[in-house]
Amino acid sequence: MAAIEMKNIVKKYGDGFPAVNDVSIDVADGEFMILVGPSGCGKSTLLRMIVGLEDITTGDMVIGGKKVNDLAPRDRNLAMVFQNYALYPHLTVFENIAFPLRLAGAPDSEVDSKVHNAAKTLELEEHLQRKPGNLSGGQRQRVAMGRAIVRQAEAFLFDEPLSNLDAKLRGQMRTEIARMQKRLGITTVYVTHDQTEAMTLGDRVAVLKRGVLQQLASPRELYENPCNLFVAGFIGSPPMNFLPAEIDGTSVKLPFGTVEIPADMAERVKGKGLLIAGIRPEHFEDASVIEDSRRSQGSIFRATVDVVEWLGNQAFAYIPFEAPPEVQEQLTQLERDLDGESMRTQVVINLDGASQVAEGNEAEIWVNTARMHLFDPSTGENLTLDADKAGEVPDARAMEIAEEVGREQDEAGTTT
Amino acid sequence: MRSKTNVGTGIGFALILVWCLLPVVWIISLSFKSVDETAAGSPQFLPKDPTLQNYREILTNADFLAALRNSFGIALIATGLAVVFATLAAYAIARLEFRGKRLVLSMALAIAMFPVVSLVGPLFDMWRTLSLFNTWPGLIIPYMTFTLPLAIWTLSAFFREIPWELEQAAQVDGATSWQAFRKVIVPLAAPGVFTAAILTFFFAWNEFVLAISLTSTTSSRTVPAQLSYFVGPDPFNPPYGQLATASVVVTLPIIVIVLLFQRKIVAGLTSGAVKG
Repeated sequence: MAAIEMKNIVKKYGDGFPAVNDVSIDVADGEFMILVGPSGCGKSTLLRMIVGLEDITTGDMVIGGKKVNDLAPRDRNLAMVFQNYALYPHLTVFENIAFPLRLAGAPDSEVDSKVHNAAKTLELEEHLQRKPGNLSGGQRQRVAMGRAIVRQAEAFLFDEPLSNLDAKLRGQMRTEIARMQKRLGITTVYVTHDQTEAMTLGDRVAVLKRGVLQQLASPRELYENPCNLFVAGFIGSPPMNFLPAEIDGTSVKLPFGTVEIPADMAERVKGKGLLIAGIRPEHFEDASVIEDSRRSQGSIFRATVDVVEWLGNQAFAYIPFEAPPEVQEQLTQLERDLDGESMRTQVVINLDGASQVAEGNEAEIWVNTARMHLFDPSTGENLTLDADKAGEVPDARAMEIAEEVGREQDEAGTTT
Repeated sequence: MRSKTNVGTGIGFALILVWCLLPVVWIISLSFKSVDETAAGSPQFLPKDPTLQNYREILTNADFLAALRNSFGIALIATGLAVVFATLAAYAIARLEFRGKRLVLSMALAIAMFPVVSLVGPLFDMWRTLSLFNTWPGLIIPYMTFTLPLAIWTLSAFFREIPWELEQAAQVDGATSWQAFRKVIVPLAAPGVFTAAILTFFFAWNEFVLAISLTSTTSSRTVPAQLSYFVGPDPFNPPYGQLATASVVVTLPIIVIVLLFQRKIVAGLTSGAVKG
């Protein structure tokens, strides 16, 4: 087991396409690190550079204190689970799992006991003599895991291992991976585009956009202190609401009315004019169900609820609003970056299940302004960031840099 | 409606089968006829008095046996070499990006389309100079050359079908490039390898023009060429029975090989490698 250090890693393809740009990530020994981002953000490329299937253009890859830039994959002693599992179809499940051991020249008795151990962990024992073609998706996934855990690898690398499974199985396997990693205590790098997997599995999460590292922090830090609009929009489901906000002293004018913000927050955004306010759905509430003690911590406004989705323990209410063109443009761009569809601008509110707000009602909504974030519309930077609780932010302008890289990528894409 | 189409299909199949198999049956029938019967003006379809005399004669004919040995040796060696070279070449073409890849492929195609007859003269001269005339290598080399293009095309199509991840997985698991090729890629390409091998073997086994032009004695003459020397004592009355018997004897190995390899050529061997 070993720590993995990535130092200023750059990957530029032959046609000039900059896939990964100056990314530095330290994965501690035994840590579960997640690389997350929308498609095309370079996360898989980064993983393939760790394992040695992709050359590193510049920068250093250090595994267990040893620089491995020029080592072949087989000399790095890492185990990888591929997105499509990459099982050997001509071999039985037993031989698939035994493959790394056979290559290492292990004696038959050792192979036998290790494979049976791994199969036991993954509940594959009754399938050992079958071929991968006769297995279900979940079983194939487990065989791929078996091949990884059967040997003493320095680290596990996962490339979107659950994306081919259905929703129920994905949840089960997610827990299984987390449990196994904790038990084996092995350094793990896990690539995913699914923010739920990122939040639930990772000790720390690295958010990437267009090959540029945006923020590297624990899931909680990412959720509560996103460093820019991109991270804020990517982490959390349903996503954070973005609203145009005009600052005037300690009062902020939102589309539904004016709310008050704490003085220290107001100090940081003084004289900025038009900003984007980011508020998570759960920081709104039906004013009628809020206790008086909390009521004073926030502000209350009135708005007409368009649609209500009641789920029993909670309800989601949707309130549409009009955004000025400057903000609208940034929000549309953000939607695109997050692989989403550009839809109407609306606020999603997470209401208590006891709330009686119905569709078409004008409701009194309470908003916890202390938990509000304010973003600069031009750079996307979080102006109210609590830097001590935000993990590592490589550059406050990371989002702008990613957009520049994005333009370079588009150019490289069109010239070839 | 449905049963009507089924009947139609059945009749169609029967017609095609009769059309294809009639000559084969005729040859088999001929091989069991005695000389008297084949010399008769209008012999009937089935032998009146079936005899194994033709087979006895053919299998004790030293020239024919030598030709059979040559055929087997030359066809097997040419097939083996062609498959080995084609596998390596096709793998490189499917996996590597290199300059002149298209050139290699189009040259291969051009060779496959080149008429063999036009090469007989030059080859004859060259082989005499190089002392390859009337030797096994003298036939193995051209056979290999003419079958390589098809083998390369077939095999590179097979290699392209194999997910690259399998090879990468093998490398991560600790395999060298050669081990990954041998333990993962080649077993998966086996159907392609067998297809290429069969096609090559058929070509070498059946080839006539080069076999008759580049050989002069039974030390290297193959069966198709040898058959043309079965003229018998009377030029107006060739030994039809013996010719038919020889044809049956040379067809048998082909049938056996196809039946053997048919099991190996199973589609979808890669199913289960990746999701889907």
